[in-house]
Amino acid sequence: MSAAFAPFMSAAFAAGAAGALSPAREKELVHLIRQDCGACHGMTMKGGLGSPLLPETLAGKDDDALKGIIMDGIHGTPMPPWRPLLTEGEVAWIVKKLKEGLP
Amino acid sequence: MRKIILFAAAALALAPVSARADGAPRGTGDLGIVIERAQGSVQVVETTGRTSLGRVTGLGDLSHATAVFSRDGRYAYVFGRDGGLTKVDLLRVKIEKRIIQSGNSIGGAMSQDGRLIAVANYTPGGVKVFDSRTLDPVADIPATAKADGTRSKVVGLADLPGQKFVFTLYDTGEIWVADLADPAKPAIIKFKDVGKLPYDALVTPDGRHYIAGLFGEDGLALLDLWAPEMKVRRILPNYGQGAEKLPVYKMPHLRGWAKAGDKVFLPAIGRHEVLAVDARTYEDVGRIPVHGQPVFAMARPDGRHVWVNFAHPLYDTLQVIDTVTMKVVHTFQPGRAVLHMEFTPKGEHVWVSLRDEDRVDIFDTASFRKIGSIPADKPSGILFAARANRIGL
Repeated sequence: MSAAFAPFMSAAFAAGAAGALSPAREKELVHLIRQDCGACHGMTMKGGLGSPLLPETLAGKDDDALKGIIMDGIHGTPMPPWRPLLTEGEVAWIVKKLKEGLP
Repeated sequence: MRKIILFAAAALALAPVSARADGAPRGTGDLGIVIERAQGSVQVVETTGRTSLGRVTGLGDLSHATAVFSRDGRYAYVFGRDGGLTKVDLLRVKIEKRIIQSGNSIGGAMSQDGRLIAVANYTPGGVKVFDSRTLDPVADIPATAKADGTRSKVVGLADLPGQKFVFTLYDTGEIWVADLADPAKPAIIKFKDVGKLPYDALVTPDGRHYIAGLFGEDGLALLDLWAPEMKVRRILPNYGQGAEKLPVYKMPHLRGWAKAGDKVFLPAIGRHEVLAVDARTYEDVGRIPVHGQPVFAMARPDGRHVWVNFAHPLYDTLQVIDTVTMKVVHTFQPGRAVLHMEFTPKGEHVWVSLRDEDRVDIFDTASFRKIGSIPADKPSGILFAARANRIGL
């Protein structure tokens, strides 16, 4: 296991029972979304090999369905499951932020 | 007297960086760019003294960006995520011209004679061709339409000898070869059903073989451009053997120097392996277990070593493979988020971008010792002007 993995594990643990994410973890997640999700979806979420994830493209889409896509990926496409790296609470927060527009 | 002063002032104003420190004009053989992906800028760098010559801003969204170079090595053409095509003057460290040519682009290629520049686009899917001097449009090649009416995304665009370009249609699984001898009437040969979701491709340095990686099924698609009757065939059909892939958090990139000696090295998708194939027969000659899922597997220009970086979250590590023994000979952690590496033209040094460290580190490729570092804002691609002289780059 690499050092890069550690922040996800520790912060995921910290997020655990209370539900609310720490400001530091929220900052890490925004970094993750822009830099790593952004590898396919674009750093500004306007899309690339993956679909656009802008507020207008996600408007009206079911939150649970979106959470499911992030947690388990889409079989037969390059969208990977993030379950090994993120908690349910973190994914719910990501869906909310994508719908609102990233800070 | 006044004339002389005016002349001197004009010369100074015109040539801030095109001269070296000692005042002599300089070449571009040791120049290159570092892409700063978050702020949409590039740094112009030189690899002899290992310094930055300055920063050029205003290149738009460079979150996924790459570049090719003019035939004389003076200009870099940078392709941005926002469909921007920016011509950067390396000697004056400024933008010569910038256009927005599509909604979303992925990369491009320079024609053999240096006159045409082709861009691969996601939105709208297809290839657009421009005059490399003026950036005026020359040709438009829309990709195949999908069921929903939008066009297939285009990936893996590369130049071929004879004013030709080769590229891959991601959504519809095709490889096209476009002959731009008459730019007004591109002649296109289409190869269909090459495999599911070809995500990137490369052309070998001789321009003979074009290899597309497949996301949707096992193996890779190979086109032999020297064959009397060109057709696409599957190579490494059993690689993967239908086994479930690991989640892929970063798509591998195939473009680069992958040919090393008598082998071609390729990143395996969804596996902790680098694949080696025979460069003539394209038969499987081995798999090298590595630290994570490879993103780039790049041969040092002499071909003796292949350097490999990895996908999130194992991207703090680099490994070096000896291409004769097929073993990893060096593993180290240069820093967080190793995104790209570029060898100096003869391979004595390698420059490595460390996105989350905000710097580019430079290593000696014989001793693996760090010999320099340049601060850079969220650096991604590093591209040297020596690419101007290479087929397929």
